[in-house]
Amino acid sequence: MNVLAIDTSNQLLGVAVSKDGEVKAEYTANIKRNHSVGLMPAIDHVMQETETTPAQLDRIAIAKGPGSYTGVRIGLATAKTIAWTLKIPIVAISSLELLAHNVRQQNVLISPFFDARRGLVYTGLYENNYDRIHVKKEDQNILMEQWLDEVQSYQKPVIFLSQDIKQHQSLIKEKLAKAAIIPPVIDHLPRPGQLALLGAERNEDNLHELTPNYIRLVEAEAKWLKEQEQNG
Amino acid sequence: MSEYILGIETSCDETAAAIIKDGREIVSNVVASQIESHKRFGGVVPEIASRHHVEQITIVLEETFAKAGLTIDDMDAVAVTEGPGLVGALLVGVNAAKGLAYAHQKPLVGVHHIAGHIYANRLEKEFEFPLLALVVSGGHTELILMKEHGDFEIIGETRDDAAGEAYDKVARTLELPYPGGPKIDQLAHQGEANIDFPRAWLEEDCFDFSFSGLKSAVINTLHNAKQKGETLKQEDLAASFQASVVEVLTEKTFQAAKQYGVKQVIVAGGVAANKGLRAAMQAKFEPEESVELLFPSLSLCTDNAAMIAAAGAIAFKQGDRAKWDLNANPSLSLERYAKRSMLER
Ligand SMILES: [Zn+2]
Repeated sequence: MNVLAIDTSNQLLGVAVSKDGEVKAEYTANIKRNHSVGLMPAIDHVMQETETTPAQLDRIAIAKGPGSYTGVRIGLATAKTIAWTLKIPIVAISSLELLAHNVRQQNVLISPFFDARRGLVYTGLYENNYDRIHVKKEDQNILMEQWLDEVQSYQKPVIFLSQDIKQHQSLIKEKLAKAAIIPPVIDHLPRPGQLALLGAERNEDNLHELTPNYIRLVEAEAKWLKEQEQNG
Repeated sequence: MSEYILGIETSCDETAAAIIKDGREIVSNVVASQIESHKRFGGVVPEIASRHHVEQITIVLEETFAKAGLTIDDMDAVAVTEGPGLVGALLVGVNAAKGLAYAHQKPLVGVHHIAGHIYANRLEKEFEFPLLALVVSGGHTELILMKEHGDFEIIGETRDDAAGEAYDKVARTLELPYPGGPKIDQLAHQGEANIDFPRAWLEEDCFDFSFSGLKSAVINTLHNAKQKGETLKQEDLAASFQASVVEVLTEKTFQAAKQYGVKQVIVAGGVAANKGLRAAMQAKFEPEESVELLFPSLSLCTDNAAMIAAAGAIAFKQGDRAKWDLNANPSLSLERYAKRSMLER
């Protein structure tokens, strides 16, 4: 099975091709650049490297967020149209879960997160059980301070993974002290090859209905909903 | 062999796709409007527009191909609006177009949204050059001279608000529901233009426009009346406002048409649907036998993808090809776009 994986949900641009459970080519660029410029040339590159034609693709795997609204949309618009026009399944994976796969240790909690400004983060809580990642707490948008209180209550070591780790490091240490584990920088980057492998084994999503996992409502909409509630 | 072009348009709040044949014939034309969603907020919320585009894009594409009874293999090229417009909205269309073109190794063509509005007319009537286009919409008020296909020279543009923007702002002041422009047109027909609002002619022989002064005058008149406890008839206010906008648009277009000796005058963009503007233009140009006045059908005035495919067909023929790094350009200039396809030739 040939899988094309696409991750443009955060700063890192990641594209990979896997064949029959093996990662054949991976491209990542961890620079501040518009993904709309870089994505298709990157796809073309990994496809050529692996001598894969679009018609030979069996699946598309996509990181569906949370993350940058625009970034996720660039990936999803591309992935959805490719899957639709080639009539092949699309599989969407949480961008946080994808990052959690970087951890191999057992008996630790994994908290991948992306900074969401004003003290907020997008995060979820995961656990690696013999190379199966399990969700302990759903992806959410929460104040980092509150989140740290919640994970502390498990009384287990917690591995934090994030490209935005620097901004939050002191608070994490302060709250969790020795229970907090911060691995080397390379572990904070999601692997598109991993996304391709996950895409090969997961159930497919409904293509037309697939939307980014923004987690947050648009401000105007949240306000409008609140007004509707108040007006009964 | 016929030539088929797929067009994709997502620059604002319509998710649209269309297939046209041989540059001028609509085979299928699908528009998913988001108006109902944005009504709640009294205007287009860009982030919400972008979200809807992602939800709609493959559904709209599927309908477009189904209605045409064609497949992507039948297409000669994929054309997409690359700008101007809302960046987040444009990005969905651009990346969808790239996905389609890449998956089937089809040529990709980026199209300027205003070129699309002008070329909407070519789906109904062949162009004769030189021609003059008046593009009026919520975001644009421009007079564009075309000496040949793909060549666009802006000879006049608004220095502040677009005509459609002035309509929307006045509509909001009158507390009309969104979208307010067409409502003002309706009211204007039931009222009398008995308030003397200013007309901004600017310098002599200048084809630029300005509508912010007019907009302020309308708002001031309303406030003053309110303070004095008088009530102005909404219909009369709308009629007087519309009279000012229409007179300036018509007069300047007429003068420019004469000065450049054009064979056709095309009125394009959302405001081209305005009944008052249509009537005034027709009356003004009626005695001029050497100039043909063209308005697109109402369904082609508002944003659609058939117009993008129509403009794309010309750019495609002229050799304009986008690469895989094509990006959305929210402030793409029409003249730079025109030069680009000229350079390719
Ligand atoms: Zn438009």
